[in-house]
Parts: sequence; C-alpha cells; structure tokens
Amino acid sequence: MPTVAGALPEQQGFGVTRRRDNWWVVPAATFTVLSAFIVYSTWAAFQNAHYEFGNYLSPMYSPVLFGDSHHAWFGGKPSIWPAFLPWSPALLILWAPAGFRLTCYYYRGSYYKAFWASPMNCTVGKPWKTYRGENSLPLILQNVHRYFLYLAVAFIGILSWDAWMAMWFVDPATGTEQFGVGVGTLVLTTNVILLGGYTFGCHSFRHLAGGFLNRISGKPARQCAYECSSWLNVRHMKFAWSSLFWVAFSDVYVRLCSMGIWTDYRIL
Amino acid sequence: MQVAEHDVLVIGAGGAGLRAAIEASAAGASVGLVTKSLLGKAHTVMAEGGIAAALANVDGRDDWRTHFADTMRGGQYVNNPTMAELHAKESPDRVRELEAWGAVFDRTNDQKILQRNFGGHKYPRLAHVGDRTGLEMIRTLQDHGIHLGIDVHMEWTVTRLIVDGGRVVGAFGYDREKGRFQLFRASAVVLATGGIGRAYRITSNSWEYTGDGHALAYEAGAELIDMEYVQFHPTGMVWPPSVRGILVTEGVRGEGGVLRNSEGQRFMFDDIPDLYRGSTAADPEEGWRYTQGDKEARRPPELLTRDHVARCIVREIKEGRGSPHGGVFLDISWIREKLKDSEAHIRRKLPSMYHQFKELAGIDITSEAMEVGPTTHYVMGGVRVDGETQMSRVPGLFAAGECAGGLHGANRLGGNSLSDLLVFGKRAGEHAAMFAGAHPRDGASGAENEQVEAATRDALAPLERQDGGGNGVGSYAIQSELQDLMQAKVGIVRSQAELESGLEGVLALKERAESVSVAGNRAYNPGWHTALDLPNLLLVSEAVARAAALRQESRGAHFREDYTGKDEHWGRTTLVVRKGADGAMEIEEEAVTPPRDELQQIIEENR
Amino acid sequence: MASRTFRIWRGEQEGEGGFAEYTTDITEGMVVLDAVHQIQAESAGDLAVRWNCKAGKCGSCSAEVNGNPRLMCMTRMSDLPEDRPVTIEPMRTFPLLKDLVTDVSWNFEVKKRIRKFKPREPDAEDGTWRMAQVDVDRVQEFRKCIECFLCQDVCHVLRDSHKHDEFIGPRFFVHAAALEMHPLDTEDRLEELKEAQGVGYCNITKCCTKVCPEHITITDNAIIPLKERVVDRFYDPVRNLFRIIGGR
Repeated sequence: MPTVAGALPEQQGFGVTRRRDNWWVVPAATFTVLSAFIVYSTWAAFQNAHYEFGNYLSPMYSPVLFGDSHHAWFGGKPSIWPAFLPWSPALLILWAPAGFRLTCYYYRGSYYKAFWASPMNCTVGKPWKTYRGENSLPLILQNVHRYFLYLAVAFIGILSWDAWMAMWFVDPATGTEQFGVGVGTLVLTTNVILLGGYTFGCHSFRHLAGGFLNRISGKPARQCAYECSSWLNVRHMKFAWSSLFWVAFSDVYVRLCSMGIWTDYRIL
Repeated sequence: MQVAEHDVLVIGAGGAGLRAAIEASAAGASVGLVTKSLLGKAHTVMAEGGIAAALANVDGRDDWRTHFADTMRGGQYVNNPTMAELHAKESPDRVRELEAWGAVFDRTNDQKILQRNFGGHKYPRLAHVGDRTGLEMIRTLQDHGIHLGIDVHMEWTVTRLIVDGGRVVGAFGYDREKGRFQLFRASAVVLATGGIGRAYRITSNSWEYTGDGHALAYEAGAELIDMEYVQFHPTGMVWPPSVRGILVTEGVRGEGGVLRNSEGQRFMFDDIPDLYRGSTAADPEEGWRYTQGDKEARRPPELLTRDHVARCIVREIKEGRGSPHGGVFLDISWIREKLKDSEAHIRRKLPSMYHQFKELAGIDITSEAMEVGPTTHYVMGGVRVDGETQMSRVPGLFAAGECAGGLHGANRLGGNSLSDLLVFGKRAGEHAAMFAGAHPRDGASGAENEQVEAATRDALAPLERQDGGGNGVGSYAIQSELQDLMQAKVGIVRSQAELESGLEGVLALKERAESVSVAGNRAYNPGWHTALDLPNLLLVSEAVARAAALRQESRGAHFREDYTGKDEHWGRTTLVVRKGADGAMEIEEEAVTPPRDELQQIIEENR
Repeated sequence: MASRTFRIWRGEQEGEGGFAEYTTDITEGMVVLDAVHQIQAESAGDLAVRWNCKAGKCGSCSAEVNGNPRLMCMTRMSDLPEDRPVTIEPMRTFPLLKDLVTDVSWNFEVKKRIRKFKPREPDAEDGTWRMAQVDVDRVQEFRKCIECFLCQDVCHVLRDSHKHDEFIGPRFFVHAAALEMHPLDTEDRLEELKEAQGVGYCNITKCCTKVCPEHITITDNAIIPLKERVVDRFYDPVRNLFRIIGGR
C-alpha cells in the first residue's frame, strides 16, 4: 500500500477535540445502559428462581434445558454439574444471545466507543497509542457473529413457542388448557417481535438473505427477503436497544408476578 | 527547471481531457494529463441531465439522423456539419463504451440504458444516472484511466504553449502547491480546458473556467470561431445571493417541472418560435403526457431550446412578473396532482436538486416551487478545429470539448455537451497520438528557451510588482469588475451601444491588469493564481464582445435587441478571431461550410 | 448584515502555524466558503483554500468547521452558533500543504491498487449487457461518492492511528464495494480487502457515514457487507461446505 508522503499531524490527546456539541452524551448513555443490563442480567441469571409464572417463561431462561421446571426439556439439574459452581438453567443458554449481541456489528460500534474509547466519538482523541482493530486476535474473533446468528434464529423459534404457550392458560377449576391473553402474553409476544426485528435485521442475516448476490432480479423470494431484512437493518439500532430493554423487562415482569409483587391481569 | 516529457500532453482533465488521454494512451503514446484541480473535480461533474446519444432504447424511432438534425436546428444551422454528423453517429458507441468501463446508468424495464427527454431533442435521448450523470461519467473515465499509466499532473496550470518551427512542441506551467515551474515537452498537445464562464458575474462555472484553452490556442496562432455565442442556461438558482448562478438541471423540466411567473401563469405557452411550433404541445395536458413518455404527445414549451427559454424568463422579469428575488418560479411539486407518490418520485429522479435546494436555500422542492433565473453556462465558440481530427490550424495542437468550437453552432442542446466530450475527446486523443507518432520530440532549442524565459518572467511579474504586500491593483478586484461589466454589457440581451462600451471597458481593464500585483509567495497563493488567469479571461472577453458587436442579427444564444431578427448574410457567416501580425486581435468574416447534399436532405426531412 | 469572527488555520507546516482571526460581514444565505472567499478578497489574498463547484458536487472544499469535517460550500452560516468565532481547520488525516489545503494524493495512489472493473463477456444480442434497475440500485448509491475524503478524514484508523499503509479507508471500501457488487463485474478482490487493504481495521464507529455529504450509508451498506463477504470466504466453513456441495 502507498505511504503518505508528508508529515501527518500528531495524534490528538485523549478527549481532545474541537467539537462543541455534547459528544460524550451518547457514549456515556451507552455505557450506563449496557452496564445496567449486564449487571441485571447477570444477577437474574444466577437467581435460579422466579423465572416462570404459570404458562409464562422468562426469555432469559428459555429454553430451560435442565431445571426444576415444567418447562425443562431434559429433566433436572445434570448430575455432572460440579458442586462448587453455582447452578442456574440460564447459565446453560444465556451465552448464545449474549454472544450474538456481543458480536453484533451495531453493538461493536457502540461499545468500542463507550467501553474502549476507541475512540469515544468521532474526531475525539483516543487514549491508545497502538491500534489493531478487528484485524488480528482477539477482535478478529468477532467474525464468529454468523454462528451466533444461526443460534439466535433458533432462539426466535423457541421464544415464539414460549409466546404461543403464554396464550394457553390452565383453568385451576377444571385443569384444562384454554386460550387466553394476559398482560404477560403481550409482554412475551412483544419481546419476540422486537427480538425478531433485531435478529432478522442483523447485517449477517441481510447478507445471507440476498446481500451476497450481485444479481437478485429474477429471484422474487430472495429479493423480498433481502428487502425486508434491509428495511429492518436500517432500524437495527432501534431494534437493538428496544429488544434489549424488553428482554430485561420481560424477565422483570415474570419475576415480579412470580414473587407475587405484580398481578398478571387477564385481558381475554 | 523541471522538464516532463510526453508524446501527448492533454491540458484539462474533464470529460474531454480524460477521454483524449485514455485514447492516446490506448494507442501506445506516453501521455501527460495536466489539471488545474484534483483529478475528478472538473466541471463535468456538474453536468446533471445526461449524455445525448441516439441509442433508441426508449423510442425506437430515434437514430443518428434525427439527432444530427436536432443538433443542427438547435445550432441554427451554423454548426460545423461534419462535427454534428460524427457526433450523432458516434455518441451511442461512446455511451456503451462507458458501460463497459463500469458506468452504471439508470435502466429501462427491459434492462437497457434508460433515456430521458430534454430540450430540443425530438425523442428521449439522454442516457443518465439520476441527476448526476456528469459525475458518473468523469468517475468512470477517471477509474478507467488510472490503470493505463497516464501521468497525471494534478493542480498544475499551463500558462503558455511552446511553439517551434510552426508547430506546438510543449507547454509551460506552474504548480499550485509550491509555485514551481515546469516545462512539458510533447509532440502533440490536446486542449480540453472547458469554458469561459468566470468572465461573468452570474455563472454556473467554477473558478477554473477562465478560457485558458481559448487563450493558449490564440496566443499560439490558432483561430477562435463563434465567440459571440455564449449560452445562458435558463435555470440557475437566484437565491440566496451567495449561490446565485448554480445550475438547476433541465432534467427538472424533463420530469414535468413547469415555469410560472408571479401571476401563476405558464408563460412559456405565450411565445413559441415558428421553427418549433409543430413539435410543441398544444396545451399543458399534452406537455405532461410527453414528459411521462407518451410517444404521441409533443414536448411542453419549457423544453424549447435554452436560448429561447432564457429570453422568455428575462422578459417576464423585465416586465415585472418575476419572483421576489428576481427570477421566475420553476415548479415540480405540482406533479402531486398527477402522481400518487410524487414526493418519492421527485427525490429519486432529482436527488441532487432535492439536496441542493434543501441544503442551500432551505426549500423542499417536493412541496414548493424553486426560484430560477438565467446563468452563464457554456460557450459554443472555441478553437477552430478540423471536424475529423480536432487539430487546430497550428500543427500538433488539438482541442476538444467546450474549448473547441463548431459542433454546437449558435446554441447547444442540453445533453450534447457530454456526448461532445466523449466523441471528440476520443478523436482528439486518437489523432494526437497519431501525430505524435509521426513527429518525434526534439530536445531543447533556442526558441524553446526563449519562450520559457518569457513565460517565467510573465508568471513572476505580479509577485515582483508587489510593493510591501500587494498594495497595487488587486487581481480579485479586476476579475470582479470584469464580471460585472460582462454581465451588464455583453449578457443575454445585447445592443450595439452596450457592446461597444463593454469592449471599451474590457480594453481598459486589460491595461490596468498589466500592473496587477499580489501579496504573499508562490506557495498555494490564490491571489497569484487569479492574477495569472486574468489575461486569459480578458482575452476571451474581448473576443466575445468584438464578435457580438459585429454580428448584427439575433441567432441562437446571441440576441440583439437592436436586430431582433435573423439575417441571411449573417446566417452564412462565421466570425473568426485571431491574433494579428501586430499583436492586436483581428476578426474576420468567413463563409459557413454548408452540409453536403445527403446531410442537407436529412435536415430538410426533419424541419 | 451581521459581522462574524472566524478563526482560520494559517501556515505551511504542521506545528509552525496557528489560528488567525478575521472578521467579515455575513449576508443571508451565506455558506462558510463564501465567508472564506470574502476574507480572501478583503484581507488575506494568499489564504489557500481548495474549491471548485461551490454546489456540493465536486468535493474539493473539505475542511473541519467547528471540529466537524464538512464541505465548506454546504455549511450554512446560519446553522453555526453565533456565540463564538467559527473555527476552520484543514483535514487532519492528510499532510498539510498550506492553510486549509492538504495533500490528498495518497488517496489517488490507493485507488490505483484496487483491481479495476472487469466485466463478464457481453451476453445480450446487441453485444452489450442487460442490467435490472434493482441490481444496480445498490451500486448507484456508492457511485454517488464525490471523493471529498471527509470519511477518510474522520476515520480514526487514519486520523489518529495513521494506518495509511495497511488500511484504505472508507472511501475506498465504498469504491471496492461498488466494484464487488457490480452486476457485471467478475474480478475477485476479497483476499486483498482482508489482507493488504485492512477491512478488519474498521471498528464500525460509523463516523464516515455521519460525515458523508452525499448521504451514502458507508458502514452499513458498503463496509459491513464487504466484511460479510470476507467472512463467507475465510471464516465460515459451514457455508463453504454448502458451496462445495451445491457446486457454486
């Protein structure tokens, strides 16, 4: 690659900029909200309690692979789980959506700014003297995003099933299941819609849906998938934040109902 | 002094220069390309509407004959018929060639290159990319050219051609960055320097358009023709004042935009020239259908030739029916009456117009009318060249594009400029390479030394005249005065008295310009650059004023309020400007070359 | 008419210049470039500034206005706060030549290294090609680029980390994307994009997208799709397997 002929200006010092707007607000907000979510979700993941309420299952615990819940797929806590490790069914699955978000192109851009100051915002000096970006280890591993996408799509299926199950209530009198809608049903349905919007607008999904093709004309299904994904992709940031918030809120909702603090109202 | 040696030296890196450089390089010549700006910034990027070429993708009835006849009619039959013929015949291939080099034109439903309607063209003929066709063209040529081994001299300005033994052997120039001088030795030189718009106050042209090629050729002994024909584009922005003159593409009207005066009247329907009566819509409804591709409909009067539309606008303003800021209204937003999704449609078809008005004037063209008025846009006149080879009277000196004269006659049709650049850029490059092949470069000579010394002296004079920081005559001031003078006296509507006083004014400024002094040093000094451009501007201004004063009739872009009709004698006459033996400008009447019989027949069939 | 103060960077070498203050009258509708020209004509004849079209179409008058990379011709004075002088500086990512003018020649050198357009054989009856509008929409967005190099200026990989030797910058990812996604193109640029051209250095700050005067969605539509194509080729064995099985 060609080199620059003349001398370049020295690197600006950390935080140095001639911008006059409040450039630090966005990274500060990102830092605060993401940190709050990480703290809450970590706390919630270790609770191993109050993650279900009747036919509602917290998205942070779904799917329950092993656990003391009627939602569990394969029975109780596996016997090989080391005794010295705290146990929670969330620990078995939470890495997948966490990994999806961690390697998401949008989040990468935001947390590099908010957590790494690389840089904190456009034209603001950064504290680092060396820079390797995503060109070498460790950040080159971000390219694993596509595998997390495959998992995230599976999670959309599972959470859709959960939302569907949240529409079937057991009548305590007769013991039969009947269709119904509670506030919790709406909460869990909204959750899967927002997560779907986030997942199907993912840059990797958009690429696989049709972005990899140079000629999409004459392939109506592909074209439609690509255009839909592109529509979502333009709104990727909005879906990223709203779905993040809503996952936490869904967990809070189920948790508080389960603890008897909130009451789940039936609408239908 | 540094010396650069090339077989072919191309001066100017707009569409014509790049195309010439590509062709010469492809022919095996070593090519140097000199540009006053960075590569890819030339005025070609401002071209919006499209490239006229009879591809017949949208209307199968189109062919080169119709294009030829349209060009001749637009030029009022004083065009160089050979050029008009070659242009019409070759432009489709030049457009397809761009596609092979990576250009991405808008597409028809059957996946061919889409073509749009434009003033004076009988059929939809302009291959385009939204309203940024010029950018697409220059980028395609640039990206193709950089892989051919062309030596690009960016931000260099040529101030003088070196002539030895009656032919051009090189050029002398300086670089903007440091003010270094360089001699470019070459066996052939192609001028592709564009126009002269900076001679006027209100212009769509950038600072570069100071008539350099015209002046270089003139000083080297070549002839200029048709200098009285300066095109005023009917629609430039008029407000805010600082953007006055910036172009509003004819594409707005091609997409259905209409001109109205302050009384809300579509005044273009009031004055339709006889030459165009049969091909103009009878009512607004027919005009609308035409813009929407109805092949049976005739074009709305807004799409008449530029000279005519510009004069109608001037009339409305003069007679007190102008818009608040001294223009008229150009409205595309009205099409919401016709189209459901008009807002998105306008934004897709005219994206850069949308942004230009949004960002510079705070106007949303999808819901409001624009205010527009005429702006100096193009000079039909230029270096007289051979129609086939583009060589001037001076052996080894070629010219192509706007700085060459002949193709457009008295008035250029929109879209014919980009195709001109391609067709004749290619021809100039081809023939320059051929000429260079037959004329190997000589080394240094006495004549060369002498001229280089004189050029160096001239270039340094404004800096050496400075007395304690340039308190003498400022280069900006003279340029500014000249612009006001030309705008007022040698503008759209002309008269003998004004032209004569304009000429006097130019000559007076010329004298004052000889004592221009500038502050600062040779490193990137815009004041100095302006001083060095001044002689060229003054020279072309003088040529325009002289030729305009002589031509006592109205034809095409040249409109005389004291001689409003066409005149038979002048219809057969071309005005030729050259430097006389005594160093003064002389101007001569010559007979226009008539088209050969076959071409004349095509013209008659299309009348 | 209101008078405004400007602080304009003057000097021919980094470290040997400074801000000079100028005051000039501002009329309605004026842009920053108008003010600079007025200052040039009134009091600083040798103030170096690069410009051409003055209509946001050529991309010559790039500079940093109040710390933001902008085209001076498209920055209206009325949009700038009046409480403090307007600061105008040259772009930081390129070597300074003089005042507001920088040496951007590196960009032109970089472009030469990107493999040129190589179309497939013409396959329509008339010896040309057919292309559908939906297939060129994406490429046309990239081809709006006016090469103002503001995206190069704002990108911290160049601006602060000076990776000019290993990283081609947003402008040329847009250029490469326009070629890679061109419906006719048959050239393969992925390995170079990954290796010599350093697409991995981009860490998605999206600053380039924010400053683009042509509103090209550089990061989401050009750089990330290129990263995805690189993933296809180099980091996704499953997809490669499918490709081998599917014979594509």
